[in-house]
Amino acid sequence: MIKVISANRAIAEAVKLAKPNVVPVFPITPQTSISEYLAKFVADGDLNAEYIRVESEHSAISAAVGASGAGVRTFTATSSQGLALMHEILFVAAGMRNPIVMANANRALSAPLSIWNDQQDSISERDTGWMQFFAENAQEALDFVIQAYKISENKEVLLPSMVCVDGFILTHTVEPVDIPSQEDVDRFLPPYQPLTYLDPEEPMSLGTFTDPDYYMEARYDMEVAMEGSKNIIREVNKEFEEIFGRKYDLIENYKCEDAEIIIVAMGSICGTIKDVVDNLRHNGEKVGLLKVIAFRPFPKEEIYEAVKNAHRIAVLDKNISFGIGGVLVNEIKAKMDVDASGFILGLGGRDVSPEDIINIINQTRNSTDSGKINWIGLKEE
Amino acid sequence: MTSIGAAVKEPGSSKHNKTGSWRTFKPILDKEKCIDCENCILFCPEGCINKDYDIDYDYCKGCGICAEECPVKAIKMERDK
Repeated sequence: MIKVISANRAIAEAVKLAKPNVVPVFPITPQTSISEYLAKFVADGDLNAEYIRVESEHSAISAAVGASGAGVRTFTATSSQGLALMHEILFVAAGMRNPIVMANANRALSAPLSIWNDQQDSISERDTGWMQFFAENAQEALDFVIQAYKISENKEVLLPSMVCVDGFILTHTVEPVDIPSQEDVDRFLPPYQPLTYLDPEEPMSLGTFTDPDYYMEARYDMEVAMEGSKNIIREVNKEFEEIFGRKYDLIENYKCEDAEIIIVAMGSICGTIKDVVDNLRHNGEKVGLLKVIAFRPFPKEEIYEAVKNAHRIAVLDKNISFGIGGVLVNEIKAKMDVDASGFILGLGGRDVSPEDIINIINQTRNSTDSGKINWIGLKEE
Repeated sequence: MTSIGAAVKEPGSSKHNKTGSWRTFKPILDKEKCIDCENCILFCPEGCINKDYDIDYDYCKGCGICAEECPVKAIKMERDK
């Protein structure tokens, strides 16, 4: 059924369809309406879950870890400062191999305090062992949440997933979204079968102390699971397409085949870039967009295959690792032999217009120093 | 004993945790030199030396206090592998 809704509503609908048993959430702008929709679903009896009104995000993710340890499907959502407060437990969730699914409404981190969009919050959690999927629109947000459960709960993966949606740009903007039927989702996503869980009849310990004899193997297992998740993601994407008709991959290749200049980006900005690519292609300019959907696991082979024949590459980062530049451009340069220019843009909600994208393409075409950190939309006195 | 997520399925399993693995140096007692003073038994913070002066290497962390306290230098500390 097509409904005109925001990405936050789309995520809440996806959660309702995935039927988690425990939903611990703490409201934070711009995620708040996800927690409100879910509270209403539970109150109205549309979602049969324990809705826990926790006192902080640290508690929200901790409760999710506890619920997951007890062997049930769980969901939480947060944003920015809330995600930063979860930081400690994000490692715990991944290390305990809890297949929690979380939505993150991408928002800038303080200071200066900002409620507007950039992607610094989730990018800064890249080493926690969570998979991260960046949605371009509300439909993808819904589809990624449903798929995230199937990927995370796969016995060869068992790592938590974060579905990232750009704050306000997606979370509070309405657009047509195809909401799948409960029957189809049930067919795609069977009930969660935990490998191990807390049971008074058969006591066991989860998340215990390990001495140097065991710790390193546990971390190695996580790396194997993260690399292996790429195959599982592809399988899940394929199964999703068979049932729901929408095709996804770790990346989206938008007119890159013969492109001389390729822009690499994540999230809602890809919609703007596609528009610019279409206009420039209409004028005969060979440009393309490589959208990174899965930031973790990092699809290095897929990105390289798509961009290797381009003359020049522009990588867009709504984040900055001070002293080195955008995280995505540095990871691309670290993992593949390509000549890429890095652009920092849209921090703290600074608007990115089609003209900015054209400006980026021109700067990339005539770039002399690909090591330079290029700032787009910066007000210079 | 390792499992996914390091779940420990057997309660009370910390006795399997051989803390001797933390050791860098290993005490070796020469029983020929030993004068049966019991100093090492008394000073060992882990209670790893029994009345027969057998050292329990499963739990000896190699602190070397026994070697330090031995009046006849009957205990040598050797680098452990």
